[in-house]
Amino acid sequence: MRPTCIIIGASHAAAQLAPSLRQEGWEGDIIVIGDEAYVPYHRPPLSKAYLLGEKSADELLIRPQEIYSKHNIVFRLGTRVSAINRAEKTLTLHDGERLSYDKLAICTGARVRKVALPGSELQGVHYLRNIQDVDAIRQHTGEHKRAVIVGGGYIGLETAAVLKKLGMQVTVLEMAPRVLARVTAPEMSAFFQRVHRAEGVIIRTDAVVSGFAGEDRVTAVLCADGSRLPADLVVIGIGVIPNTELAADAGLAVANGITVDELARTSDPDIVAAGDCTSHPSKLYGRIRLESVPNASEQAKTAAATICGKNKPYDALPWFWSDQYDLKLQMAGLNQGYDQVVIRGDRDHSRSFAAFYLKNGQLIAADCVNRPQEFMLSKRLIASATTVDAAKLADDRLELKSFLTT
Amino acid sequence: MPKITFISADDQQYQVEAANGQTAMDAALDNMVPGIDGDCGGVAACGTCHVYADDQWLAKIGSATPGIEQDMLALTDNATACSRLACQITLGDEHDGLILRMPAAQH
Repeated sequence: MRPTCIIIGASHAAAQLAPSLRQEGWEGDIIVIGDEAYVPYHRPPLSKAYLLGEKSADELLIRPQEIYSKHNIVFRLGTRVSAINRAEKTLTLHDGERLSYDKLAICTGARVRKVALPGSELQGVHYLRNIQDVDAIRQHTGEHKRAVIVGGGYIGLETAAVLKKLGMQVTVLEMAPRVLARVTAPEMSAFFQRVHRAEGVIIRTDAVVSGFAGEDRVTAVLCADGSRLPADLVVIGIGVIPNTELAADAGLAVANGITVDELARTSDPDIVAAGDCTSHPSKLYGRIRLESVPNASEQAKTAAATICGKNKPYDALPWFWSDQYDLKLQMAGLNQGYDQVVIRGDRDHSRSFAAFYLKNGQLIAADCVNRPQEFMLSKRLIASATTVDAAKLADDRLELKSFLTT
Repeated sequence: MPKITFISADDQQYQVEAANGQTAMDAALDNMVPGIDGDCGGVAACGTCHVYADDQWLAKIGSATPGIEQDMLALTDNATACSRLACQITLGDEHDGLILRMPAAQH
């Protein structure tokens, strides 16, 4: 009998893992189980081009259905797995059906963190993670309507930028004293607050939401300080939670993500995992869990190789991107533990600069706004653990290539 | 419906049929050409769809466009005057027969 590999989850990691299995020589069956109605699609444009209406759902697909069929990759969509039975190597689906596997890949991703506040179930209160969410949000958009965004992270700020472009009155409420507080330096937060305000978005920091008012539909957001913000649409973006329950229930090691090694192996030799749902070892940063498309894709390649008995360790440098207005933000590395921030370019007046994060004189991360060259340079300097001269980095007249030769 | 060919650093050839209006990156991803990653989905943010065109084809598809594409390639390993990001090459019938070579690695 031909062996079967089942992939649980049908997003970015699965979209890479299934084809990579074929490329690595897997000749058995491949079944991908997804709880949405779509074959894998690009998620980053959801809060950008898709919300804006520039792209259709079909255009979001990572590749068309026929390509998977051609390579004998079978999708079971609209289907949830309710249990992994490791002893008998089967899965139980939500309707009780059982499927046998020889190799299993868990690519369950992450789900949005929800609020438990009065009124959070009202119509017009939405989260943003999948196509369905954005389709629902778009029912409430329109010129001069009022949108309140809860959470000043990347999703919140990207959404604010798009809704503003659609002609809405937009307010962002952030609980912390500054936007992007968890992920960037105060210098970056100040920059983004300046740009959003210049574009006409109202940003309120230190703002604690206490509930939502309305009969069936939301009409206002209530804040803990007693203020009340009229709203036709509320989008909540306060982070995600890794989907690790299936793995944990099956007795796999889980600690802020399914624990995998550099070959994407879980604590069961027949089960790999990849993407947002995993935590993996990184030479530069220790054990990390990333919420990122490149991480999902690259780790999935490793997982596919592992299933096929090959050895392709994963230790890629984390990187991320965000688009807001005319800003193209590219981020390399992780800035945890930085002790110095070096700014290159005019942060206070322009829309083009880079913030470099140093730790003991070594570059560990960079946030680059409309600075692709600084981004590409940073990826190389961070990966090679290079000690850099802060004064030179800050000198915008100095050729970037000069950093590669020293 | 142009037919284009991707050639890996170790001379493996992948001929694919692209749709008019599709980018070379999408044509590669659709046909599972190994060596074109396209991590960012085609917004020129990652530089993982780096390809080379020879002079003759470069004249037809054009050199890397000023701005983000040139900037991304400026500090990409092994980039040359013949380098392009495949996500920035939009294909049409006039590109039938296009040959794009891939670098040994995209990272």
